[in-house]
Amino acid sequence: MEPKTTIDAKGLACPQPILKTKKAIKEMDSGEVLELHATDKGAQSDLTAWTKAGGHELLDHTEDNGVYKFWIQKG
Amino acid sequence: MAETKKTTIVLFSGDYDKAMAAYIIANGAAAYDHEVTIFHTFWGLNALRKPEKQSIAKGKLEAMFGKMMPRGADRMGLSNMNFLGIGPKLIKKVMKKHNAMPLPELIDMAREQDVRLIGCTMTMDLLGLDEKELRDDIEYAGVAAYLGEASDGNVNLFI
Repeated sequence: MEPKTTIDAKGLACPQPILKTKKAIKEMDSGEVLELHATDKGAQSDLTAWTKAGGHELLDHTEDNGVYKFWIQKG
Repeated sequence: MAETKKTTIVLFSGDYDKAMAAYIIANGAAAYDHEVTIFHTFWGLNALRKPEKQSIAKGKLEAMFGKMMPRGADRMGLSNMNFLGIGPKLIKKVMKKHNAMPLPELIDMAREQDVRLIGCTMTMDLLGLDEKELRDDIEYAGVAAYLGEASDGNVNLFI
């Protein structure tokens, strides 16, 4: 699915990736997809928990050379 | 979405690292769409002090307290390895390297996310802190207001 917005949170430490994600999701419509890039090792656990609590869906995530990519669909 | 959840934090400590933990949790909770309130009491009030010196008529004891306590979040010491003030300089260097947000920025970010910052008026009197010395965007309250919030809080912390 084509992401509506892409956020680059590479190099940023906790809690910045989640704050950026939250801000971006807020601007989006239900069903739209956000792509997030991060290097924070806690990001995966954080985003899994956050998307679940917020009613969003973590469609997919990958890790390549220390860069984590996430695709989140707004609920 | 379900009913709004609440997070309340009592920030008692005036240590930079502990306040940082409190504000990271507060920002995280705000990202979870919680209504977040931080009650600042005792040394935690120093996180809300304006860095600039304010000229306020005070009693001797209160003036002394005011001088001995850090003026604002950026001047606070560490709970561990403070080393007479070298510790905070070192940790800020490390934080910069790791792109971690410094405490003053975390506080501003919390306000941007509508986190309510509250000063405990009783301890302000004890420490001789005046409203004019603290940030302008905060509220004032006592224990009952804290309990009112904490009673239906989903996350309540004392730091």
